[in-house]
Amino acid sequence: MEKILSKNFFNPEARKIEVYLRDGGYEAARKALSEMTPESVIQEVTESSLRGLGGAGFPTGRKWGFIPKDSPKPKYLIINSDESEPGTFKDRHILEWDPHTLVEGVIIASYAIGAHQVYVYTRGEYYHYANILQEAVKEAYAKGLLGKNIFGSGFDLELIIHLGAGAYICGEETALLESLEGKRGWPRLKPPFPAISGFLGCPTVVNNTETIAYVPSIIRNGGEWFAALGTPRNGGMRLYSVSGHVKRPGVYELPLGTPLREIIYQHAGGMRSDRKLRAVIPGGSSSPVLTAAEIDVKMDFDSLAAVGSMLGSAGVIVMDEGTCLLKALTILSKFYQHESCGQCTPCREGTGWMTRILNRSLTGDGVQGDLENLLRIAGNIIGNTICPLGDAAVLPVQSFIKKFREEFESHLQHGKCLAVA
Amino acid sequence: MSLEVLSEKMLSEISEILARYPQQRAALLPILNACQREYGFISQRTEEAVAELLGIPVIEIRETISFYSLLRRKPAGKYHLQFCTNISCSLLGAEESVASACRQLGIHEGDTTQDNRFTITTVECLGACDMSPSLQVNDDYHANMTSDKVLELIDKLKDER
Ligand SMILES: Cc1cc2nc3c(=O)[nH]c(=O)nc-3n(C[C@H](O)[C@H](O)[C@H](O)COP(=O)(O)O)c2cc1C
Ligand code: SF4
Ligand code: FES
Repeated sequence: MEKILSKNFFNPEARKIEVYLRDGGYEAARKALSEMTPESVIQEVTESSLRGLGGAGFPTGRKWGFIPKDSPKPKYLIINSDESEPGTFKDRHILEWDPHTLVEGVIIASYAIGAHQVYVYTRGEYYHYANILQEAVKEAYAKGLLGKNIFGSGFDLELIIHLGAGAYICGEETALLESLEGKRGWPRLKPPFPAISGFLGCPTVVNNTETIAYVPSIIRNGGEWFAALGTPRNGGMRLYSVSGHVKRPGVYELPLGTPLREIIYQHAGGMRSDRKLRAVIPGGSSSPVLTAAEIDVKMDFDSLAAVGSMLGSAGVIVMDEGTCLLKALTILSKFYQHESCGQCTPCREGTGWMTRILNRSLTGDGVQGDLENLLRIAGNIIGNTICPLGDAAVLPVQSFIKKFREEFESHLQHGKCLAVA
Repeated sequence: MSLEVLSEKMLSEISEILARYPQQRAALLPILNACQREYGFISQRTEEAVAELLGIPVIEIRETISFYSLLRRKPAGKYHLQFCTNISCSLLGAEESVASACRQLGIHEGDTTQDNRFTITTVECLGACDMSPSLQVNDDYHANMTSDKVLELIDKLKDER
């Protein structure tokens, strides 16, 4: 299978603009700006079945179509490079190894929605990677690919890199907008959606880094070509981040719909020390866990939803038979407690309660009824919060207890884990 | 006037930052990031100067700072060891290297050595689970940390002046 985004990974030459141009780089942007209307760009992306790769999987062409054409306000494109979902590290690879593909995607997407200003919101920890992108942006300006009158089309575009300062919640698009406005990252109530009222109240599209990086290939080869690489309604390829107990952790670019088993055992080299697989989180820390018996699932948005999980950010976290699953869940719960912005009571208090109960069970101080209590608290959070972080905190708790109840009960009964050798 | 705490160089960097945003307030995080990079932390006087510059109350600046884990109102050591202890790193034994580092430097997690050379903190996922257990020292990533590797690294940093 031919690679699209990952073909340049680990080749430091490829991030230079001369090399990128020699390989046909920026031809898709030229084509879009000089031969296509914004509407036909959106049409092509819609046909590609490209879906948001930040986690929610919303169809990208449709999202762009929501931007009102007649608004007198400036329109903004915001690239989400906050990448903080545990288990996810693909956007970092794009920033590090293929920054020009992202810049080219930005040009095309901005043209499609009529934005003349773009901010790339990068997590603060990615300081060096943001500098690599900055270098690419500088090269693009020097060649007239950013700035005024790009390709003589009359289209102007400014690209600004904006570093965050450490907060998972700022990956959520409305928290990101608040943060970009210089405030705390407190998610906003929706509606209004960003397409109507986003950055500074203006029409805004927020897209993930990887989503935008696939756009040049779609314009170059056509939406139909991209769609055919994946499964129906789940177009193309994506970057799967694989970590945990596998022989070869890393980023693997594969078609949507690739079986999870193939990703773990073929691409990531199988289990470390050839131990048995116990559990897999398929789509970043927020997605419900799967058992070893469930790994024949196809890794696309619809197939994972059908088995009660989520493709999310495609961060595959692999756990072997020696893993204490109660400990794994406690770590996740603590993470969500720590990252809750504190705005909604069920999320702020509930994540704290769940973490405390899990912690005491872990250390052998659990009491009868703890599992029921956890599920009760989880039930009080889910659906009752402003943003999806509340649900994200609950889904691991519900799925771990449902699928590994015996192990949890044994841990509670013995005051320790019997799985860990 | 509290602006004099900001150097000429800082003020010119700030005006460059301001030019990138349609509204001044949006420049707050980049300005705070720049100040911290220059001065190591954000002092009360820096807060006041930035507040004056942007025309917003100091309390709002402080509120913003306290929201973001990378911004600090106290100095950190010259080498800030940030160990990821989230899931993928923990699955591969992150806690052991944290414990070794603490033992070696004789401090607890969250603390700074008396000579102000090292700070140890544990952090959430660094977006580097392919390098698990991962460690960030200031801006630099370190991969596949073990107790031995972290002790070696500390020895190397100790020798650097
Ligand atoms: C708690 C939370 C954290 C999120 N973190 C990220 C992130 O780090 N990167 C990202 O692209 N999307 C993240 N998202 C999803 C964004 O809200 C948004 O859906 C996405 O950026 C849209 O881009 P896409 O349609 O291209 O995926 C997060 C969502 C939630 C609820
Ligand atoms: S669900 Fe949690 S993170 Fe989201 S807005 Fe409410 S308190 Fe904040
Ligand atoms: S879990 Fe440690 S870097 Fe992601």
